[in-house]
Amino acid sequence: MIGLSLAYLKDRGLNTALNILLLALSVASLVILLLFSSQLENRFDKDAAGIDMVVGAKGSPLQLILSSVYHVDIPTGNVPLDTVPLLRRQLGVAEAIPLALGDSFRSFRIVGTEPAYPALLGASLADGRMFAAKMEAVIGADVAARTGAKLGQRFVGGHGMSSGDDGPKHEETPFIVVGRLKPTGTVIDRLILTRVESVWGVHGIEAPEEHHADHHGGESEEEHEAHAGAAEVTAVLVRFGSPIAAVRLPGFINRQTNLQAAVPAVEVSRLLALVGVGLDAVRAFAVLLMLTAGLSIFVALLTALKEREGDMAMLRVIGASRAAIIGQVASEGLILASAGATLGLLLGHGVIAIAAANIEQLHALGLNAFAFHPGEALIVAAALGIGLIAALIPALRVLKTDIAETLANAR
Amino acid sequence: MSSPDTLIGSNTAQGPLVEARGLSHVRDGRTVMAIGDWQLQAHAHALLLGPSGSGKTTFINIVTGLLTPSHGTISVAGEVMSALPPAARDGLRRRTIGLVFQTLRLIPALSVTDNLALAQQLALGQVDRAAIAGMIDRVGLSHRAAARPRQLSQGEGQRAAIARALITRPRLVVADEPTSALDDANAARMIDLMFDVADATGATLLVATHDGRIAHRFANRLNLMAPVAA
Repeated sequence: MIGLSLAYLKDRGLNTALNILLLALSVASLVILLLFSSQLENRFDKDAAGIDMVVGAKGSPLQLILSSVYHVDIPTGNVPLDTVPLLRRQLGVAEAIPLALGDSFRSFRIVGTEPAYPALLGASLADGRMFAAKMEAVIGADVAARTGAKLGQRFVGGHGMSSGDDGPKHEETPFIVVGRLKPTGTVIDRLILTRVESVWGVHGIEAPEEHHADHHGGESEEEHEAHAGAAEVTAVLVRFGSPIAAVRLPGFINRQTNLQAAVPAVEVSRLLALVGVGLDAVRAFAVLLMLTAGLSIFVALLTALKEREGDMAMLRVIGASRAAIIGQVASEGLILASAGATLGLLLGHGVIAIAAANIEQLHALGLNAFAFHPGEALIVAAALGIGLIAALIPALRVLKTDIAETLANAR
Repeated sequence: MSSPDTLIGSNTAQGPLVEARGLSHVRDGRTVMAIGDWQLQAHAHALLLGPSGSGKTTFINIVTGLLTPSHGTISVAGEVMSALPPAARDGLRRRTIGLVFQTLRLIPALSVTDNLALAQQLALGQVDRAAIAGMIDRVGLSHRAAARPRQLSQGEGQRAAIARALITRPRLVVADEPTSALDDANAARMIDLMFDVADATGATLLVATHDGRIAHRFANRLNLMAPVAA
């Protein structure tokens, strides 16, 4: 009877193709949304793993998190270098890692920091060594892959976060690649890491120890500050050693200092809630599309069965039971739904693959078309369920059919 | 009223293939078919002759178990069809009877070969491709075996329907108006073919028609008169 179902579907090929396409589009939309939102959430969690608090300049806490943890927004400003030792002295702070941002190379951000930063994100060296001296750089796996930079390669950073090759360059202060990181699936894959002092050096700012070591060539302290700028960092990533600090410190910093403390977990859930509204709207549309596809299958089968009443009576006469005929019609719905679901899955993953390959921001988010989410099984089950219900309603009409009368009318 | 005469074919030790006892059918207070007692022996091909409205189709529906008579009983191959529950009737019909209709013949979505295969699958639970090819050859449709029903001429379609009815090797083949839509030459060819294939497969024909052109081909006839009075 499956062969008969296939023959009927083939017999009205255009109708079959359109129904499969309609269902496939709805499945694909849901799969894309699911993969996108789950991978985004997963990526957010992974990138922020181990970072309990970020301290930076006053401004938007979300902006502070996006710029310092996810490296996708511009920073809120800079904070004094003293912030780092100040935080390290606080009870309950296990780690405080400075970040100095401001430059980039071919859209990859140059981050002035300490070796503790890659360690915090679980990154390890693929080759070379960790940066130690000023102007030495360690590059993430994506940076290495995209730029083709080898160990010993020199490069010049450009001013700005995403200036690429168009912005002003710091030609006189080239970096040298001393190490390359293994892929981690986190934001660090897309970063160029160096010492904080390198970032200062590029901008003509002297490190405090250098600052005190020389005599500024006769300049006064104020003149030198004005000439070279103060040694600052963009943000400080903090890992707590005790839960008390998590409760006490953010509030204290925000109330009592000119600094801003933001908690990644809080800001990310706020961001996801904001993004979630948009995703929910698209999701509702996709569900509506799936119901439309179900309705379309229902109408197609209902119309087909009306035309096939004589066929069904004939099948009954030549030996098919009522159950076999209901099963045959139901299998038509299921075959349509299975084909739609399969095509939808392929389409959904295909669109993700194409989007990740062609849209830089999505690639940066680490969108992976080959990752499957358990929720996809639910989407497929929903599509099959809709196909089955859409088929069963007209199929049950078979129970009410009077074969003798149908045959009499059809003769 | 129908002829009370009883058609007696050649007797077999197994008893009649079809046996009606006191058979009549009333619909909406009107007697639409009245045959009374009647027997059809195996291999005694019979003609059920009568004008439209004389109850031929009602009788065929009762013989094939699609309709329960309001009076009397009908037995097929020794089993009382009219007393069986629906599923058992389906089983008896599947095992014993092949049907040929005037217009409703084959599943349009399937080729001639696949129509025969489906009939075999439903009736016997298996498909014998060699037997199908042989049957299609016997009815002269080898060149049309892969064709869809809508691609066949009327005569070809009717031959395919006969092949489909006989591929399951039923003991009884019931044909309703198999020649009414055919011209004289094709009608004669069709009847020749039906006799030929039925004899080859051991089937007994019960042909209902108002087509007098084929009446002379049957020794056994049951004449129904129309309209049947209440």
